[in-house]
Amino acid sequence: MAGNSDPLSPRAKLAVTAGKAVAAASRAAGRGSGSVIGGRVALKLDPDLLARLAQHLDVILVSATNGKTTTTRLIAEALRAAGPVVSNALGANMPAGITSALAGGSDSRFAVIEVDEKYLSGVARDTDPKCIALLNLSRDQLDRAAETRMMAEHWREGLAGSKAVVVANADDPLVVWAASSSPNVVWVAAGQMWKDDAWSCPSCGGVMQRPGDDWFCGECGFRRPTPSWALSGDHVLDPHGSAWPIHLQLPGRANKANAASSAAVAAVFGVPPQVALERMYQVQAVAGRYDVVQFMQRDLRLLLAKNPAGWLETFSLIDPPPTPVILSVNARGADGTDTSWLWDVDYTRLTGHPIFVLGDRKLDLAVRLEVANQHFQVCESLDQAVQMAPPGRIEVIANYTAFQDLRRRVGN
Amino acid sequence: MSDNSLRLVWIYPDLLSTYGDQGNALVVERRARQRGLDVARLDVRSDQAIPTSGDIYLIGGGEDRPQRLAAERLRRDGGLHRAVGNGAIVFSVCAGYQILGHEFINDLGQREPGLGLLDVVSTRGEGERCVGDVLGDIDPGLGLPPLTGFENHQGITRLGPTARPLANVQLGKGNGTGDGTEGAYNDTVFGTYMHGPVLARNPLIADHLLKLALDVNALPPIDDRWYEALRSERITAAQQPA
Repeated sequence: MAGNSDPLSPRAKLAVTAGKAVAAASRAAGRGSGSVIGGRVALKLDPDLLARLAQHLDVILVSATNGKTTTTRLIAEALRAAGPVVSNALGANMPAGITSALAGGSDSRFAVIEVDEKYLSGVARDTDPKCIALLNLSRDQLDRAAETRMMAEHWREGLAGSKAVVVANADDPLVVWAASSSPNVVWVAAGQMWKDDAWSCPSCGGVMQRPGDDWFCGECGFRRPTPSWALSGDHVLDPHGSAWPIHLQLPGRANKANAASSAAVAAVFGVPPQVALERMYQVQAVAGRYDVVQFMQRDLRLLLAKNPAGWLETFSLIDPPPTPVILSVNARGADGTDTSWLWDVDYTRLTGHPIFVLGDRKLDLAVRLEVANQHFQVCESLDQAVQMAPPGRIEVIANYTAFQDLRRRVGN
Repeated sequence: MSDNSLRLVWIYPDLLSTYGDQGNALVVERRARQRGLDVARLDVRSDQAIPTSGDIYLIGGGEDRPQRLAAERLRRDGGLHRAVGNGAIVFSVCAGYQILGHEFINDLGQREPGLGLLDVVSTRGEGERCVGDVLGDIDPGLGLPPLTGFENHQGITRLGPTARPLANVQLGKGNGTGDGTEGAYNDTVFGTYMHGPVLARNPLIADHLLKLALDVNALPPIDDRWYEALRSERITAAQQPA
C-alpha cells in the first residue's frame, strides 16, 4: 500500500507514463486526442490502475442517456470553487478514456467523470465515488445496447450498497428505480420531456399513471419520490425553498435541468447553489455542441441529438419558424446501425420550418418526413443545403457521426 | 369497414413500441389519407379494453418482460380474438408476432401461451441475436416486390400447416429456423420479425393491408418516389458484404 504523499506504486507509475507516451504518439499521428488508446495501454500494464488513480480523489460519476458530457462540464466548473478538478471533459467515457483522464490529475482534489451507461456499475465499483449523478434513461442504439429497462436494472444492482450520495432525477421513473436501491439519495425534480420508455412500472410492470408532473404505478405503489431540489422555469429551488436564477450560455430546458442536477451535486461538496450556478455560466459549447459557427457567410447553430429523447428536447429549443432547419443522420457503428428510432421522433413539430436533409441515411429521413407530411429537400452536401436555405440563422441537428462530419466540414 | 372511416388500432404502445414500430401505424394512416379515406387511429394502452370494431390492428416489438405482460393482458381481454372473428386485419412485428402464435418463451424462460391467431410456435435461439439488414422474396401468393427490413431478435419461429411464410430470405435470419423462412400469414393475420419500420420499407405491404380491410383489388396510385429510393438503397446495402 503506497503512502499518501505518493499513492501510485512503481508499476502504476510505469503504466501512467507508458499510457501518456502512447497518447502523445497517437496525437502526433493525427488520430485524435489519444486519450482512449493511451488509457488502454495503461490499463493493460496495470488493470487496477483506475482504482489506484481514484483513491486519492473525491470522485463524482455522471451517467445518463442524454446530457452527460454537458453536465460533467457544469459540475466540474462548479466544483472548481472548492478545489482543483480533473475530468474527462472530451467525452471519452469508457474505462480506458477515464483512466487516461485521471492519469493527468495527480494534483486534483475532485475527479468529475462522465461514464457510459453500460460501464457505470463497474466504474462505480473501481473508483469508490463520493457522489453519482443520474440524469435520465431512454432508448438509444437498441441494435447493440441492452434494453432500456434492463439498463435501469443493471444500475440498480450496481448501486445497491454504494456509499456514494446518489443525485437522481425524480421525474424519470427508470432513474428512480435504479437509484432507489441506494441508501443515500438526493432527489432532483429535473423534468423529462420524453416519457415513452416509462409507461410500464419498472418494479411490477403495472401501467404508470401520470397526472400532471406526478407519476405513480396504479398497482404496486411505486411512485415519484418527494424531491429536495427542483428545476422551476429559469430557477433552481434548493432544499430550503430558495430560488436561484440559472444563467447559462447553453440553450434549452434540458441544460437548465442539467444545471439543477449540477447544483445539487455541488452542494454535496459544500459549494452553495449561488456560487455553483454563477460558475456554470462559464461553460460554452461542449465539444462543438450548441456552437454557432460561420459557414458560407451564414450562421449555423450545431445541435447534437442522438436518440428520440434528445431530438424531442432539441426541437423544443430551436428558433421558431420560418427558421431553416438542416437534419443529418448517419447509421455508422457509433450511431447504431438501425434507423428505426427516427419513427419515434415527432417530426410534425417542425411544421413551418423549411427542412433540408442530408447524411448517409437521408432517404430514411425523407420517407419519415413524407409520412409526417412535412415539406423538405434532400441534399447531397452541407454546402448545398446552406445554399438552398432561406435567410436567417440555420439550426443544424445531427446524430453522432453526422455531427462529427459537419464539424469537420465547417472547420470547427 | 364500419361507416366512412378506417379504424386503425395500435395495440399497447406502453408495452410494445420499442423499436420504432409505431411507424407502421403512421405509414398505414398516411397512405389511407392520401387515398382520401378518413382514418380514426386508436392507441390502446394495456389497461384499456381492445375495441372489437377496428379494421386494422397493429402490434409492435418490445422487450422481454413487456412481451409477457402484453400476452397476459391480451389473453385476459379477448378483444383481439373477437375482432379477428369479425374479419379484422392484424399485422404484428417481432415480440407482437410471437404473441399472436400458440406460444413463446417469456422473460422467465418459461413457455407462455400466445393468442393462437397465427399457426406458429416460437422458442428462443441459443446463439447470438440476429441483428442487421434483411432481404427476402415475399410469398408469391401475395404478389409483392422484395422484402427489406432490419431484424434484431433472438427468436425461432416454426410454422404450422395453416400458416404460410411471409417471405423467404436471401440475406438475414428471418424466422431463425434455418430454412430461410421469414414471418408468417394466413387470410387476415400477418407476422414478421422485420423492423425498419417494415411498412416504411415496404409500403406495398401497407397497401395490401388496406386492400384487405377495404375489400378492394386496387388503390389509387400515390407518389412513392422516396419509398422507392430508400428501398433501392437498402436492398443494395444488404447485398454488399459488411
